[in-house]
Amino acid sequence: MTQADASAGSTASSPTEGLVTADGVSLKRSLQRAERRRRLMAFLLVSPLLAFILIIFIWPIAQMMWRSVDNPQVVEALPRTLEALEEWDGEGLPGEEVYAALARDFIEDQKLPRIEQKAGPLGIRLNYELSAARGAVARTVGDVPDFEPPYKEAFLDAHRLWGSTELWRVIEREGRPLTASYYVAATDREYNADGDIVLRDENRRIYVPLFGRTLGLSLTILGLTFLLGFPIAYYMSILPMRTANLLMICVLLPFWTSLLVRTTAWIVLLQQQGVINETLIAAGLLTDDGRLSLMYNMTGTVVAMTHILLPFMVLPLYSVMRTIPPSYMRAAKSLGATPFTAFRRVYFPQTLPGIGAGGVLVFIIAIGYYITPALVGGQDGRMISNEIARHMQQSLNWGLAAALGTMLLVGVLILYWAYNRLVGTDSLKLG
Amino acid sequence: MTTLPPYATNLERVWFYAFRVICGLIFLFLLAPILIMIPLSFNAEPYFTFTRDMLTFDPAGYSLRWYQDLFASDSWMRSIHNSFIIGIAATFLATTLGTLAALGLSRPQMPYKGLIMGILISPMIVPLIISAAGMFFFFSSVNLAQTHIGVIFAHTALGTPLVVITVTATLVGFDHSLTRAAANLGASPTYTFFKVTMPLIAPGVISGALFAFITSFDEIVVVLFVAGVEQRTIPREMWSGIREQISPTILAVATLLVVISVLLITTLELLRRRNERIRGVSAG
Repeated sequence: MTQADASAGSTASSPTEGLVTADGVSLKRSLQRAERRRRLMAFLLVSPLLAFILIIFIWPIAQMMWRSVDNPQVVEALPRTLEALEEWDGEGLPGEEVYAALARDFIEDQKLPRIEQKAGPLGIRLNYELSAARGAVARTVGDVPDFEPPYKEAFLDAHRLWGSTELWRVIEREGRPLTASYYVAATDREYNADGDIVLRDENRRIYVPLFGRTLGLSLTILGLTFLLGFPIAYYMSILPMRTANLLMICVLLPFWTSLLVRTTAWIVLLQQQGVINETLIAAGLLTDDGRLSLMYNMTGTVVAMTHILLPFMVLPLYSVMRTIPPSYMRAAKSLGATPFTAFRRVYFPQTLPGIGAGGVLVFIIAIGYYITPALVGGQDGRMISNEIARHMQQSLNWGLAAALGTMLLVGVLILYWAYNRLVGTDSLKLG
Repeated sequence: MTTLPPYATNLERVWFYAFRVICGLIFLFLLAPILIMIPLSFNAEPYFTFTRDMLTFDPAGYSLRWYQDLFASDSWMRSIHNSFIIGIAATFLATTLGTLAALGLSRPQMPYKGLIMGILISPMIVPLIISAAGMFFFFSSVNLAQTHIGVIFAHTALGTPLVVITVTATLVGFDHSLTRAAANLGASPTYTFFKVTMPLIAPGVISGALFAFITSFDEIVVVLFVAGVEQRTIPREMWSGIREQISPTILAVATLLVVISVLLITTLELLRRRNERIRGVSAG
């Protein structure tokens, strides 16, 4: 781009045209060369880290997101069946030639070394769409070499599911290299018999309510950090620097203390035999069997996360409040405003940048939180991250985990973009 | 505002004291949970509450048994060892790469500054569970899963944004004519860097390194996904301690970690003051 500009520029007569350096190159050209060298130098300094982040961080995340649409299982396991299925109109059962192709696919698969066999992943994949499909594949595949034509009857004898139009519709639908089905599942939808996407039954909806709860919990925590953070940030901002710095330690100590330590602290305080319950009983406010359950529920998550995220609200608020001259409030009062009006109309609007910065920061961190909800959240204090972790580690439905993760990531990136527009990354302060 | 004016009305008086009490309670909320663990870690009994002996300050109620437990336990000692090895290696990598990148980014000639900055600080914005999931698949496919190198690389990636941000912030106030002067006087770029640039940006680099270290030292989500038994760090050991067999040994570890954070805060505060002194202005 700059090169094109340069050659276009050299045809026009410019005052530097006639000037040359000692080695006879035009001054303009020489300057451009120097500029280019400096740009290259700057880029070379950045490139090791850029390459590192792209390989170790960006690429793995892109790869993970790809898993949410990647759909190789059916295509790889049943190439002949899919080809034969192209003739099928979707009504009734497919004809004998499809079942014959299916038998061939299974026989070919059995010849592969065990680790390369595609039938296992195929069963798991089909099971996401239709329960019992895994059993149908697993129970049939070993017997297929003994099957005699007509294959259709042999398959129907082996497992009743091979006689189900629904299974064949699933095979046809998922017999493509890309799928939307993980996103369909992640938004609590499913395919009905006609292949249309419909909402699941009310009692089987998990993810949309979970996203809602994650959002609700994050907003609650955001509100609480604001309610608790605003007064102390204000108090520190009106104190003399020396005292304020001392109080700042109260904010920075939790900020710098290990997350696990803070979570442990809350477990010590909140559990049934914990400090709060014991103190209340000792004070006679509670009976022994009336112990409060403060943990392994939503209360635990909200209290512990408010504590953990409070410094992220206080620090930006404080740095904004420090810069607000106290004379504005005095001026408002001397002009007849009541203290409340002066606060609401004069002081509060000036703190908005701090509230915005702290608020978005707290919200972004809260929405993707995993550790604290997992340890003190119990069942109804869980958040979307916990569900992603569950699919990653226990149910091993990686496609669904990737789809949920991608939705979360997109949400966070939009928030971050808004944050950037609002305050800019440069003002990101770290204590 | 910090003292009550003599003409204050009764309402103002009440509000003045009420506000201070509210603030006091909020500070208590911030500090108490952390401080309360410290005496409990000296509990003689395997409980998480104050026993009668502790409340009456009877020496029999206190003991160092959980600290002895900690130092006698192989798995805890290994996790401490791992945390420091991984933390120091990740800090070294993150600081080196991050400082170089910050030097490049602060040059006015740097092309695509916004985009590159966005990529470099992305590890700080992406929720950890997503980073962990991505790295889990990637590291398994390149045989880095369940290795020390894998965890170190992951922690380096998570730590660099903090180094880039702090060093870039230090470089904002950096007088570039100093390096030009050095070059003019015949110093090579390397010599200029170590003799002129480095001493001036050292506070930023050191606090960036501390941020990177604490990030690695405190990181658990990626460790849960990427590390094996051999790479268990302190937070990972605490995690299984909390989930499986909760014993006051955790409180002993927690107390030691609080001491470490106090040391860190002190160091950072001293660095900040030094930085202010060097520039003669408040860097904020």
